[in-house]
Amino acid sequence: MTHATPQKLGVLKPVSPKPALRRFHQASWDEPVIFELSSAGQRGVLPPEPEAAVVDAAGDVFDNLPAGLKRKTAPALPEMSQIHVLRHYMRMSQENLGVDLNIDIGQGTWGMKYSPKVNDQLARSHKLSELHPLQPVSTVQGILEVMYRLEEMLKEISGMDRVTLQPGAGSAAIYANVAMIRAHHESRGEGEKRTEVITSSFSHPSNAAAAKVAGYKIITLPPDADGYPDFEALKAAVCERTAALLITNPEDTGIFNPRITEFVDLVHKAGGLCSYDQANANGLLGITRAREAGFDVCHFNLHKTFSTPHGCGGPAAGACGVTKEMAPFLPTPTVEFAGNSYYLDFNRPHSIGKIRPWYGVTGNMLKAYAWIMSLGADGLREVAETAVLNNNYLLNKVLEIRGVSAPYATGKRRIEQVRYSWEQLANDTGVHSEEIGFRAADFGTHYWTSHHPFVVPEPMTLEPTESYSKEDLDEYVTILKHIAEEAYTNPEIVRTAPHNSTVHKIDQESFDDPDAWAVTWRAYRRKLLKNK
Amino acid sequence: MDTIRHAIELGAVPEALQRATSSLLPLSPVRDSLEVITYPLEMGETSVRGAGFMPRVIGKIRSGATTAEDTQRAARELCALEVDLLLFAGGDGTARDVCSAVPAQFPCLGIPAGVKIHSGVYATNPRHAGELAGMYIQGKARLREAEVLDLDEDAYRNGRVGTCLYGTLHVPYRPLLLQNQKAPSPASEARQAEAIAADVVEGMQSGVAYILGPGTTTRAIAKELHVDKTLVGVDVVRDGKLIAKDVTEKQLLDLTERGPAGIIVTPIGGQGFLFGRGNQQIGPEVIRRVGRGNIIVVSTADKLRALRLQPLMVDTGDVEVDAVLAGYFSVVTGYKERMVYKVIS
Repeated sequence: MTHATPQKLGVLKPVSPKPALRRFHQASWDEPVIFELSSAGQRGVLPPEPEAAVVDAAGDVFDNLPAGLKRKTAPALPEMSQIHVLRHYMRMSQENLGVDLNIDIGQGTWGMKYSPKVNDQLARSHKLSELHPLQPVSTVQGILEVMYRLEEMLKEISGMDRVTLQPGAGSAAIYANVAMIRAHHESRGEGEKRTEVITSSFSHPSNAAAAKVAGYKIITLPPDADGYPDFEALKAAVCERTAALLITNPEDTGIFNPRITEFVDLVHKAGGLCSYDQANANGLLGITRAREAGFDVCHFNLHKTFSTPHGCGGPAAGACGVTKEMAPFLPTPTVEFAGNSYYLDFNRPHSIGKIRPWYGVTGNMLKAYAWIMSLGADGLREVAETAVLNNNYLLNKVLEIRGVSAPYATGKRRIEQVRYSWEQLANDTGVHSEEIGFRAADFGTHYWTSHHPFVVPEPMTLEPTESYSKEDLDEYVTILKHIAEEAYTNPEIVRTAPHNSTVHKIDQESFDDPDAWAVTWRAYRRKLLKNK
Repeated sequence: MDTIRHAIELGAVPEALQRATSSLLPLSPVRDSLEVITYPLEMGETSVRGAGFMPRVIGKIRSGATTAEDTQRAARELCALEVDLLLFAGGDGTARDVCSAVPAQFPCLGIPAGVKIHSGVYATNPRHAGELAGMYIQGKARLREAEVLDLDEDAYRNGRVGTCLYGTLHVPYRPLLLQNQKAPSPASEARQAEAIAADVVEGMQSGVAYILGPGTTTRAIAKELHVDKTLVGVDVVRDGKLIAKDVTEKQLLDLTERGPAGIIVTPIGGQGFLFGRGNQQIGPEVIRRVGRGNIIVVSTADKLRALRLQPLMVDTGDVEVDAVLAGYFSVVTGYKERMVYKVIS
């Protein structure tokens, strides 16, 4: 084997200046779905036959299974060797723009931030991964202490009196809050009367969805001319039927509603409660709190604000904070401290019950705990300040690009994200926001295309968080600027993108048509392969 | 690919010629497999030849002096020839002429070339019209029902400007290539309307006559009741039965004298008028008798978003009634879903 010598290569110098745009090309494997790779008789692992003595001692384990639990036919799993399974998933992973690979500030509203690997390692440690939720409490004092202390931290961050970590995700946490609100009204004999929940257009749609699941009628407030939820509309909506206001602040436009306490007061006067969706808390840590704004309940997404990776990079986790008046309704069990040991309290007669099996996503709790401990109170405030600074730097740079605007609150600063509009560019060139996203993939960057509700035309939502450097932000802006210039000079290259990546274009209309959905292999075979 | 008979028809707007030509350019690669049938000179032939097609020309016109009747006649004749797709260039007036001449199910598509376009039957730009036509011909685009909106002439004669609904056409649909502010997907639109209808019908009270205004959303309510409703007219239902169809203001005045009544209206796309455009039958006296509290406003959330969440408008011709209507309405946007929406006069 020969090696290139330094002499042959010449003197190695850093490229200066750095190339403005990467020459990126993604792997493309044309890989079938795993079921189509099945080959009869293939096996991944062949366990040895048990020894006779073992068989004698154990008998036929299947004999002890109740008849109703036994399958009549074997499950239709793909039959594959280990290396073929490994190759399949390695190939799939290469057709991804994962969180560790690209500058994913285009995934606005998701709070994509760097999750320190050391925290992942802690969560993977056998000390945590080998725990079982049915172990006696005396043997899991360590993780209970972590939960208890994390709850104490979130109490301080939100100002609330009690916290639960049981919800498995942000929407589950919102649902838990709605369920506690319902229990509160029922406890006062007002369950039948209070049938309406108010939310706003730019609050996360999970608020409307969770309240609808809980049986409420949903009343939505549109934004006023400045982009704030319309306070006059709230006045028209609030009445004796109002159960609650469920609202985000800042909303997904990145605009902070300075009149939030007036909203809360108005609802309280009518006997309703107020729930604060803090999915966008990244710009608020150490600066404002749910308690001071007057909220009765609030929630956090540990996987956004507190850096437990997400976006298909790890499980979510939610946390709810409540006032002491709402504490009796918290999910069961709660983690309690008895002076020298921790225990789980199941004796909670007013509780809404369980939101999720066991106690929640413990791995994420440990990661969030480690992240907060590593930063301290001052560090958390610095996270918020840096996230806001990054966002407003980006806002100024993006607005220099031809064809883009930031609707609402013109001239005002934003908190941690901005919903931009490419309307001018679309009118000028016929290139749509979605197509810009396909082109962005050609430069190895991710660009999110879901901006519900679609009120802002040709939307683009960017959230740079505290994790991205000035160089990262500049690179992202350079890519957007380049694509905008292409749209004006050579729109075809944008409209026919991607050219260097493996984004597959989907018939979006099918999303609205349940008849076209195939969420399982069985459904795919029935609906889409039936004619083949 | 089979030979496709394909038609071009033009309104007599000068800039339409160039726009229609550019709309055909995306079809150039499949030129030889298309048969294009068109009307003479500025009503299609010029543009079609300009794009390099050799059309079959039918009909006769007085060049330089074509009228709406020519457009209607051309649309009728092309429809009778069973063309696969009727392309027309113009604005709301042209769409209305085509709509009055062909059955609602007939596949049509507008090339935007007019001054005012509120109708949802036009592609976002001429090139997209050609691309959409090409996709439809190859079976890659489905049809959806889209509204034909134009100036409300009754209101205009009284010095008031606004659009009203004149009917619907079936146009090919692909996301992004139709004016997307106005085009949520047909599936989501239909399901939103069904959800609204389920909510409204559940809340209907016995013995109350419900006056159903024009529009596709109110038509969905009639469908939920298994009642056949006019699209652009005002109909009345009571206890689940249709009791009057395409009524006049006089009939509504008589009806509101005889018993309790409610009004169910949906804003008309374009400027978002609630009362006073396209539904003048529901006049100020009818509204006064029914009372503000008995008015149910329905709209798909997509339609309100297409209005950019701008306030809805009322202009009944009676300032007192307008003043009563102004303020906030709880608009039914889905099953157990409302949006508190501003109405101005």
